Amino acid sequence: MTKNEYVPFLSEVLEVIPHTDIEYTFRMSYVGDVRPGQFFEVSIPRYGEAPISVSGIGNGSIDLTIRRVGKVTNEIFEQYKGTSLYLRGPYGNGFNTEDYQDKELVIVAGGTGVSPVRGIITYFASHTEKAVSAALIAGFKTPKDILFREDFALWKKRLNVILTVDDNTADPTFPQGLVTKYIPGLEFKDIKNAAAIVVGPPAMMRFSVKALLERGLSEEQIWISHERKMCCGIGKCGHCRIGDAYVCLDGPVFNYSRGSTLLD
Amino acid sequence: MGYYFSPEGINKVISGLSEKYDIFAPKLFPGKGAFSDTDLVRYDRISAIEDVVFHMKSRFSPKEVLLPLTQTLFYYTEDSVSEPRPPVRDRLIFLRSCDLHAVRRLDAIYLGNVFEDHYYRQLRDHTKFVLMGCSRAFSTCFCVDMETNIPTGYDMSIDLIDGEYRVDCRSKDLEDFLVPHSTRQGEVVPCHVTETPTRVHIPENLSSSAAGSSIWKEYDSRCIACGRCNFSCPTCTCFTMQDLSYTDNPKAGERRRVWASCMVDGFTEVAGGAGCRKAYGERMRFKVLHKALDFKKRNGYQMCVGCGRCDDVCPEYISFSGCLNKLEEAMEEVNGNDKK
Repeated sequence: MTKNEYVPFLSEVLEVIPHTDIEYTFRMSYVGDVRPGQFFEVSIPRYGEAPISVSGIGNGSIDLTIRRVGKVTNEIFEQYKGTSLYLRGPYGNGFNTEDYQDKELVIVAGGTGVSPVRGIITYFASHTEKAVSAALIAGFKTPKDILFREDFALWKKRLNVILTVDDNTADPTFPQGLVTKYIPGLEFKDIKNAAAIVVGPPAMMRFSVKALLERGLSEEQIWISHERKMCCGIGKCGHCRIGDAYVCLDGPVFNYSRGSTLLD
Repeated sequence: MGYYFSPEGINKVISGLSEKYDIFAPKLFPGKGAFSDTDLVRYDRISAIEDVVFHMKSRFSPKEVLLPLTQTLFYYTEDSVSEPRPPVRDRLIFLRSCDLHAVRRLDAIYLGNVFEDHYYRQLRDHTKFVLMGCSRAFSTCFCVDMETNIPTGYDMSIDLIDGEYRVDCRSKDLEDFLVPHSTRQGEVVPCHVTETPTRVHIPENLSSSAAGSSIWKEYDSRCIACGRCNFSCPTCTCFTMQDLSYTDNPKAGERRRVWASCMVDGFTEVAGGAGCRKAYGERMRFKVLHKALDFKKRNGYQMCVGCGRCDDVCPEYISFSGCLNKLEEAMEEVNGNDKK
């Protein structure tokens, strides 16, 4: 008898950490192997399922940072209090820290794109000796949209962090500009030993990758994470397929030498 | 082993098999066609050999027996989820060589591709296949060019030749039902076609760069994104989840999967409204390259089996085989562009 992947399991909501009005991190009970960049299908029977990236991995718990943006996530925000949520997963490949070890690592993340890379950032912030250097360029729309504020405070002590906003009218202490603005200013000792991770909205990823390629990084030195509609997470429903790749199975993390060949 | 039967004899076999199996075959539904005064041939349970339509192609494929149009994945109440009971009866499916090859494609996706699908496995393990030999090809068939004209992996075959049914049986389980009713035994080779009126040629050098060709543009206006091509295709396997709740108790209900189509609006739409492939020509490109390129890259053989149903059902008379035959031109175009 094969495992029935479609039937979800109950996971207790251990803690809820609000970041903005519409973005909360849900700390969920979970015991099992999981890595940053993987995702779970969060399920609310009657409303459906949504694929959500793992934004943190604890002892017996995982963090899911969820934006209230659609039918299912809206219901999660309405129903979560004192209860449990149904989950399936983890699915997808996730990031492999070994790909970035002993490299000059640059992470470019936009908006909720910080969620899937949060585990990687935390890893290199707490093991600074594992990389030659590590830089983070994170962009949000405005200061009130910033996620993981406490993490940023910690990361800033250990990594080269640029936290930028598209519009700083509300708080001019934040630098204003798109993440791409800071890519030309990045310092590399040996560009051949650089590695970059780019995660965010499609346009942000496209232009960030372009800027990194212009800096002299090869496609093989860049990793991206895709976001697509998914119903099953296990390579069956077909919604996330791009060319001969299934984002849910072969991704969501792709080396750009492969990612660049995938055309929607 | 081969067996010969009179019509009465084969019906005795079928009534014997019906004790153990639900038998599905293409069946005639008079007056149920898409247009007035037209008939429909589609899969349904049969109880006699006369129910089986041999001389026409079914509009929908046998995949609906293995992958129901809607299928309950689980039932939920306020605090529990439970799996539906597994199917109790075994199934026999009458199908042609192309559709039998299509089952191999369904298996590749639902039993392979990393995860095994629990519900497909349940049905698949309890299904046997009865090959319907093809003595001639229909006008839109192109199985020979897709290399699916020679049947493999059937449990038994059936051909009607000069009023006599000829059966080649490969399954010990089925043999017991056949032996008592046959008029004689002897070698039986199921019919298969060696040429088709429709021919296709998929270029050897086909690559994803064909996406850059202008051949897709005409489908922007010709296609109406109805998805009939996908729903009639024996190898299309996409689905979407659907939750429903019961009217008398909205806190209880079920999650189902229903067939989905990459040609229909909303297929790639995510929360917030963003999506890919807005233009119908892009959707055509996505579908055609899956059937003729992307699936092969992953599995080593073509996805399309050349049944031609998509050409039969398109309300806009778009020909899939015609599009395959443009791929050579598409590659010449994109390679020419590269040289410029």
